[in-house]
Amino acid sequence: MTDGVVLDKVELRLGTKDFHFNCTLPAGAVTAVTGPSGSGKSTLLNLVAGFETPDRGHVLVGGEDVTHEHPSGRPVSLIFQDNNLFTHLDLFTNIGLGINPSLRLSADDRRAISKALQRVGLDGFEKRMPGTLSGGERQRAAFARALVRKKPVLLMDEPFAALDPGLRLSMAKLLLELHREVSNTVLIVTHDPDEVGRLADHAIFIDYGQILLQAPTTEFLARRDIPALAEFLSG
Amino acid sequence: MLTRAERRRGIAWGLLSLIGIALFVGIAVAALLSWDVGDTRARLFTAYTWRILRFTLWQAVLSTLLSIAFAIPVTLALARRPRFPVRVWIIRLMAVPMGLPVLIGALGLIGIWGRQGVINSLLLKLGLDQPVSIYGLTGILLAHVFFNLPLAARLLLAALERLPAEYWQLASSLGMRPFSVFRFIEWPAVQRVIPGIAGLIFMLCATSFTLVLVLGGGPAATTLEVAIYQSLRFDFAPARAVALALLQIGVTALILIAMARFPIPDDAGMTAGRATRRFDGRTVPARLWDAFAISVATAFLVLPLASIVFAGLKADLWNLATSTAFLRATWTSFIIALTGGLLAVLTSLAIIAARGAVTDMKRPGKAAKGFSALLGGMSSLVLLIPPVVLGTGWFLTLRSIGDVTRFAPVLLVLINMLMALPFVMRVLAPAIETHRQQSGRLSASLGISGLAKLRRIDLPVLIRPLLTGLSFAMALSLGDLGAVALFGSNDLTTLPWLVYSRLSSYRTNDADGLALLLGIICLLLTMLGTAGQKEARHD
Repeated sequence: MTDGVVLDKVELRLGTKDFHFNCTLPAGAVTAVTGPSGSGKSTLLNLVAGFETPDRGHVLVGGEDVTHEHPSGRPVSLIFQDNNLFTHLDLFTNIGLGINPSLRLSADDRRAISKALQRVGLDGFEKRMPGTLSGGERQRAAFARALVRKKPVLLMDEPFAALDPGLRLSMAKLLLELHREVSNTVLIVTHDPDEVGRLADHAIFIDYGQILLQAPTTEFLARRDIPALAEFLSG
Repeated sequence: MLTRAERRRGIAWGLLSLIGIALFVGIAVAALLSWDVGDTRARLFTAYTWRILRFTLWQAVLSTLLSIAFAIPVTLALARRPRFPVRVWIIRLMAVPMGLPVLIGALGLIGIWGRQGVINSLLLKLGLDQPVSIYGLTGILLAHVFFNLPLAARLLLAALERLPAEYWQLASSLGMRPFSVFRFIEWPAVQRVIPGIAGLIFMLCATSFTLVLVLGGGPAATTLEVAIYQSLRFDFAPARAVALALLQIGVTALILIAMARFPIPDDAGMTAGRATRRFDGRTVPARLWDAFAISVATAFLVLPLASIVFAGLKADLWNLATSTAFLRATWTSFIIALTGGLLAVLTSLAIIAARGAVTDMKRPGKAAKGFSALLGGMSSLVLLIPPVVLGTGWFLTLRSIGDVTRFAPVLLVLINMLMALPFVMRVLAPAIETHRQQSGRLSASLGISGLAKLRRIDLPVLIRPLLTGLSFAMALSLGDLGAVALFGSNDLTTLPWLVYSRLSSYRTNDADGLALLLGIICLLLTMLGTAGQKEARHD
């Protein structure tokens, strides 16, 4: 099996902050990306998505070097914490843009959109505007778009942080179901140790722009020898 | 949280200013309405007034369309290039026409687009013998675009910069091409604010006086306001002036009603430092196009401004600055601007205090709420009755009492005060509201009130917005030609009036020099005002 996402001796300087990432994240698994605020979690995601280009080193997705590839050329889908949907466009259009950015859709595509909405529990929401939805429903719509995009890698930047705890549980369940159906590679940035346990097969811990630990979840959650990690896990 | 005395004082001051303004505007309108009633009605729609009304609206429609049509590509280019060289300065440059006395802008435009201007000399060299005419409809449109394109661009840019950063990430991740970005992101954001911006620009162009006076004025290119002025000053046909003034009120009323449906967007939050990152438009054609759009717009704005400086420097500045005519006009302008400015600030304070007092009541009655709404609508009232119309009303009223020129300075002060009121209110109201929220409860619990509160609590915080408001009002009054055009005389000459009379007696050189001096004075005033603002932000 080819490796999912590889950051090969990636170096990047943003303002006064230095980042060094060197890791291989397994394909078809969920990897939690954790660490204190400002440690570089989102930067790592941006490097994979293509919003940042490394000063040195390579970024590989599915065995292919995408270091200098434009974000649109990378086999990834994105889900942010918020603003995943264009608020002035209905759900059908928002999801349709995931299939074709000029919205040239075939009949099959249209059916796929409705099916994706069904799958995430938003049956018949095609004409609804994002403003009329709850936070959880908006994130479900973002999942639906990721579904129709059929990209091997899904990047999520604290997708559930704005939701209340009960909702977080059901969204995590949905994420795992979808992940098992399509067995994609998932990178999820999270602040919540419980979420790591609930969702992830592996986890990495970043501090000051460096990956301090990469381990399978059970081992990750049991480690107490790294002070910053211990603090993260206890808080 | 106000003491009972404070509340009563606030209401009293508000009532006083409401009555004062209502009387000042009311008497003028009453004079217009009661003038030869039967006759006026017949004169309301003659072939002459009809033609002028049509031209007024037609040039306003064209000016609005052109301003917005040209502003859109410039805005899209600026929004797509957050790191364009000197971008911040280009955006600041776009604020200059808004603060520039209109007359000076007109002179700058003549310097570039006029018969002997840079553009026409260039065209002539290229072998084109049909020069661009700065006079007539072309000139008016050119000038309106010069003043309103930057306004539109700033407001549109603010709308684009308010979009969440994720939108641009999504767009590039989804692989949207420039047209898709325009169709699905940029255009929806832009078209939401266009009605409000169009309303504002249409209003400004439909009531534009100075530009039409300087660049139009012939029978084929006259707007209502200029026609009113010509009827009074040249033809002395008060009946016609009244008919035109009533038409003008009707037109502005209709525009205001239409505008009330579309809120004017604000440009707050712009250049707030939140760096938007764009991942689109990386191709060479896109870069070239953006650079082209931004450079052309910048040149369009910079050239006339540069022309003011260069033409002004060619004049004998020292002699001009020490001439009695200049010194007298400066003194007159200064006194009128200062009195008008102080009155505007005091009236704003009274209005804000009264509205604050009503908000402070536990259960304000209908009367109190209505009173507060009336005070709030005051600035619309000022827009409804443009200075020239107001001046006409008072001109007719005072003519029956005696020599109008005797009252002219007072009228100028009051008209300038009214004109500045909406702007001063916009500066002061939010500052005072913030201050009240921050210190209101604390002052009340400590029992600080009256003079001690004013000196220790209010003034230290509010002195900067107060000075900003005052400097805005003064700059506005210093640059105004509308009211003084009706009342100006040899005994009452303000700086803009002096520039205009030099221009109309073809002493262009003097006019250029004086315009530069006036421009420098206004610039200094605005800088004083905004310098305070900037520091206040650092606190």
